[in-house]
Amino acid sequence: MGKTLAEKVWDEHVVRSNPGEPDLLYIDLHLIHEVTSPQAFDGLRLANRKVRRPDLTLATEDHNVPTLDWDKPIADPVSKTQVDTLRKNAADFGVRLHPLGDVEQGIVHVVGPQLGLTQPGMTIVCGDSHTSTHGAFGAIAFGIGTSEVEHVLATQTLMQAKPKTMAVTVNGSLPPGVTSKDLVLTLIAHTGTGGGQGYIVEYRGQAIEELSMEGRMTVCNMSIEWGAKAGLIAPDQTTFDYIEGKPEAPKGADWDAAVAHWKTLVTDDDAEFDKEIVLDASTMTPFVTWGTNPGQGVPLGATVPSPDDFDEPNDKIATEKALEYMGLEAGTPMRDIKVDTVFVGSCTNGRIEDLRLAAEIIEGHKVADGTRLLVVPGSVRVRNQAIEEGLDKIFIEAGAEWRGAGCSMCLGMNPDQLAPQERSASTSNRNFEGRQGKGGRTHLVSIPVAAATAVRGTLSSPADL
Amino acid sequence: MEKFTSHTGVGVPLKRSNVDTDQIIPAVYLKRVTRTGFEDGLFAAWRNDPDFVLNNPVYAGGSVLVAGPDFGTGSSREHAVWALQNYGFKVVLSARFADIFRGNSGKAGLVAAQVDEKVIQALWDYLEDNPGGTITVDLEAKTVSTPDGEVQDSFDIDDYTRWRLLEGLDDIGITLGHDADIAAYESTRPSWKPVTQHA
Ligand code: SF4
Repeated sequence: MGKTLAEKVWDEHVVRSNPGEPDLLYIDLHLIHEVTSPQAFDGLRLANRKVRRPDLTLATEDHNVPTLDWDKPIADPVSKTQVDTLRKNAADFGVRLHPLGDVEQGIVHVVGPQLGLTQPGMTIVCGDSHTSTHGAFGAIAFGIGTSEVEHVLATQTLMQAKPKTMAVTVNGSLPPGVTSKDLVLTLIAHTGTGGGQGYIVEYRGQAIEELSMEGRMTVCNMSIEWGAKAGLIAPDQTTFDYIEGKPEAPKGADWDAAVAHWKTLVTDDDAEFDKEIVLDASTMTPFVTWGTNPGQGVPLGATVPSPDDFDEPNDKIATEKALEYMGLEAGTPMRDIKVDTVFVGSCTNGRIEDLRLAAEIIEGHKVADGTRLLVVPGSVRVRNQAIEEGLDKIFIEAGAEWRGAGCSMCLGMNPDQLAPQERSASTSNRNFEGRQGKGGRTHLVSIPVAAATAVRGTLSSPADL
Repeated sequence: MEKFTSHTGVGVPLKRSNVDTDQIIPAVYLKRVTRTGFEDGLFAAWRNDPDFVLNNPVYAGGSVLVAGPDFGTGSSREHAVWALQNYGFKVVLSARFADIFRGNSGKAGLVAAQVDEKVIQALWDYLEDNPGGTITVDLEAKTVSTPDGEVQDSFDIDDYTRWRLLEGLDDIGITLGHDADIAAYESTRPSWKPVTQHA
């Protein structure tokens, strides 16, 4: 029997395998940021251990950093401590770090791909659940906890039980104006937040093949939001074209050898998945969340659901609680929901293509009165590229705030936070209670919906402009 | 890591499903650079509600959390496990755990025991009738029970994690024992694989 893509990549990385024990898996790239690493480095120090492969390790500052005044010392003393601790650890253990102010600084999942460090067939880990993003290149990439960070630092390996495999086949093409974000939000609403648990998921089918690398990253990024261990997409010409010429991409004969290998990284025709889901992209529409987990979403044209729409008692209670937290009435058209803040950014939708699309929609319009629009590039490079293309001017002219690179309002850990009861339309990936600031209310949306919402002040799509 | 064989402690009913790690410990509490002291952030938002179960003095000293399904979803933050441990929890029982949370628990020495949804309901019923009652979690026998014998059932935990918890073993030490295997693997890696540092 043939192998799935995930099985091929997995098997290529097994250092040691024993029945009844998890596999010992070699890790090709270990990404690090300031929040989940301090205790890991501390553990190394306590045990007198070193980083085994600093040359397979990369650190960046993203979660805590301010997106204004980034040239000044970080104001919040605790955030400053975490960032300073990372700087000290990187220096002590010989790890390459892209600190605030560096041209390669940015969200860890934006930086890896743009440097060309994220390549097909790799194993990539980071103490961050959205590491699944890198699966867009045909890599097995997943988030790990701090103890595992320490394990990878010390050994460049991880003990992992081999997950089951699932195929998500998305047939047909996405209609114009419907993006990969709508696709993945539709999928999560279909499966629920636990639907992918225990699986490495391969996204395939026409709609997936037609996506750009940015679009693929958005889909893989949100794998974790439906519980999958990792999500990946077979590498193809789109992938190779994206990587070629990036700073850390293979060159010359190495490039040819690499591509020859990458071309073998497809699921064999006779391979079997443990589970399969089939969706039709051609019927998808702009999709937004109404609740407090990413599975609580509906088409933009629908209304806020009622607890009575659900049969399961747990779902009824969850809906009731979510509506209360979100300050929403069942039956309200989603399009009537007034939004205070629109956030464009994060590792889900903070890449150059996202900013281009947002700018294209906003150009010639103004941000609605009583609404603010925050545009936060995922990395300094994305920011510089946007400036080169004049996108910053479009945003500023429309009345948006044009910020520095970082995680920003994706999570309430840096100065960019929602006030209690403030409502956002956010291109990020999590709408959990308090995720964007204590008491904040988040609607997850695509880039086109975010841009149109900023202009109209209520949840909207470009068709409404 | 300390060995874990069996534990008997006050059961705390957490009647919610889909408890994500942002609820277990919100991001603002993640800023420490040590492994201790996270108990103040545990369920921080819910603890503002005087009716929240941890604000009930009956459950002070609770160490066995009995939670609804899909516990520990969302962010990979291991701080969620530390917060539970720092607060005093030794065991979490749920019908379903998120993968990363389960992995983190095993590494840090918190027992994440998966039981049938009916068992959770039975434990909630038991705690409703006996507030402050204890629950025994026997890792050797893989059983969960109440002193009145009302609940007596088995739980699931993978064999490897169970073995490590029973022995109190540290993963890194085990893996460093396989150093020769790692070096052998490294010698076969293709030269075109990317590196972050160039000589
Ligand atoms: S942008 Fe958001 S989801 Fe992505 S790494 Fe930063 S905090 Fe995590």
